[in-house]
Amino acid sequence: MSIFVNQDSKVIFQGFTGQHATFHAEEAIKTGTNVVGGVTPGKGGTTHLGRPVFDTVAEAVEATGADVSAIFVPPAFAADAIMEAIDAGIKVAVVIADGIPVQDMVRVQRYRAGRDTLVIGPNTPGIITPGQCKVGIMPAHIYQPGRIGVVSRSGTLNYEAVEQMTALGLGQSTSVGIGGDPVNGTDFVTVLKAFEADPETDAVVMIGEIGGPQEVAAARWAKENMRKPIVGFVAGLSAPPGRRMGHAGAIIAGEADTAKAKMDLMEQLGLYVARNPAHIGETVMRALREHGLA
Amino acid sequence: MNIHEYQAKELLRSYQVPVPAGNVAFSDGQAYSIAEQIGGERWVVKAQIHAGGRGKAGGVKVADSLEEVRRIADEMIGMTLVTHQTGPKGRVVKRVLVEEASRIVDEFYLGFVIDRATQRITIVASSEGGVEIEEVAKRSPDKIIRETIDPAIGLADFQCRKVAAAMGLRDKERMTQLVRIMKRIYRCFRDKDALQAEINPLAQVEGGKLICLDAKFNFDTNALYRHPDINELRDLDEEDPKEVEASGHGLNYIALDGDIGCIVNGAGLAMATMDAITLHGGRPANFLDVGGGASPEKVTNACRIVMEDPNVRALLVNIFAGINRCDWIATGLIQAYRTLNIELPMVVRLAGTNVEQGRKILEDSGLPFVQAANLDDAAAKAVATIKGESA
Repeated sequence: MSIFVNQDSKVIFQGFTGQHATFHAEEAIKTGTNVVGGVTPGKGGTTHLGRPVFDTVAEAVEATGADVSAIFVPPAFAADAIMEAIDAGIKVAVVIADGIPVQDMVRVQRYRAGRDTLVIGPNTPGIITPGQCKVGIMPAHIYQPGRIGVVSRSGTLNYEAVEQMTALGLGQSTSVGIGGDPVNGTDFVTVLKAFEADPETDAVVMIGEIGGPQEVAAARWAKENMRKPIVGFVAGLSAPPGRRMGHAGAIIAGEADTAKAKMDLMEQLGLYVARNPAHIGETVMRALREHGLA
Repeated sequence: MNIHEYQAKELLRSYQVPVPAGNVAFSDGQAYSIAEQIGGERWVVKAQIHAGGRGKAGGVKVADSLEEVRRIADEMIGMTLVTHQTGPKGRVVKRVLVEEASRIVDEFYLGFVIDRATQRITIVASSEGGVEIEEVAKRSPDKIIRETIDPAIGLADFQCRKVAAAMGLRDKERMTQLVRIMKRIYRCFRDKDALQAEINPLAQVEGGKLICLDAKFNFDTNALYRHPDINELRDLDEEDPKEVEASGHGLNYIALDGDIGCIVNGAGLAMATMDAITLHGGRPANFLDVGGGASPEKVTNACRIVMEDPNVRALLVNIFAGINRCDWIATGLIQAYRTLNIELPMVVRLAGTNVEQGRKILEDSGLPFVQAANLDDAAAKAVATIKGESA
């Protein structure tokens, strides 16, 4: 099963003929992802990587039946590209760009309201269902098919958690990076809901960081609505308040915003909390054992 | 990106938002002539630094004569101002704002932020102005008013009237003024890609007029490319020179007060690495994200910037290569070792793309890299080198 993307997903790349899109489209194809074409305005009618290029997303969807788009468009043009994907009826739009103006995302989220496109990112490594579909820039070889769902704000910390799990023989159903920006397309709750409903996911790892109310909101939601165990971690225990730690969204705004406060609350709400980022894998193992799943 | 109060007030003035008459001075003589030009009998001289808490620290003073304006400006320019937001080192005052003194009858708070929960621009207001809004929020949360703006519609008049009524501005005269002020600030906020705007206090002065007595703006650095006018307001004197230098090399660096220098790719992993060090009883000296596609030059620059901090006694390199490649990182580290003559112990954890090649390159170099198998091992080894050294 997995969530959001699988072997049946038909993937297009927006900004297809650009250098990064080309590289990552090749990687995706190598791992078995069904890449059906791409969009580069002005290059419609040509082919790239043996696949058709279209001028607009609408034309690409019409011709290929694409339902997933990997948006490899620079930050200044990304908001427009996301809205184009939404307009064309793309089901899952993955936005890799880091550096999209926040108010652009405010407008995108308003545009999205009432439509059913899932926007993943921006500032994300993407989404991968190991062995089936890779939409993003993550190194596919560290993932292995399995039954743990992963959702994180950070990219490399996602890799870190996945490596710890893979080392313990715990594969992943789907791994989703929701991105490090303050206003993003998909929140933790949306992803948790999907994992809860996925019969092939046994447990979920949720990796957050300082800044913003998302992790705690998700933990509160999970307490009422989830039966599957969740392992939580929040990066930034040693981050000073008021300083933006790399990600535009990672800034401690008040006492409730610190890593410790968030992890304390997660624990109170019934999550398995890895207090140490090096212990995420073993905490997953503990959660599985206590639930009779390992 | 933050700007100075006087710049924020000029911006507001350009949107017809009422602010006191005033101008910036870089010398006492200039301050004198600005005060003379404004006229009147009382003036305020305000130190211009990017930090709050100036009043308590002696950075805001009232003058009753032109000579006093000159004297205060002379004292203020060049002084180091230490407030709760500047850190213990404080900030040197290089410019002052001279403006007409206002006779305040009442003070309010008016702020605009991008609220992460609603993902929209949100007004935060209070009848309690002139004090820190965080304090008000803690003491009397019922006095905080919030109003969320639909980006497709913009700020509606009725929303402003709701805020005015909740603030206690119920007479037509002041309500009309506030509606106008709020709509203009919103327009400015939206036009210029601000992330935060704070008017504290928004004051009612004698005669009933509402006026912005202080103004803070923070702008989205990702949007500066389309606002050259805002970009010009950047004051590098207010930023850490090392952070500015690092960003010039495509690195994200923030100095902390520990002794283990960190070089990591990705902001989340960088924070997690600092956390792992802390949990092993060590203290990270910095946050540093080398980003994706780290070339040998970038790695060398990262090492140099981290080691310029005299407190650093060991280095921890933690790279989880996705779009990076471990062999490139390893080559970069060797280059850094040789060109910078690194004598500090360096713990290196490589993972991800081309990890085997990367580890082999480090091993074959004959240089004293301490390789770590994973994050836990890396943090433990880095902390051990420091402890071993001090024992």
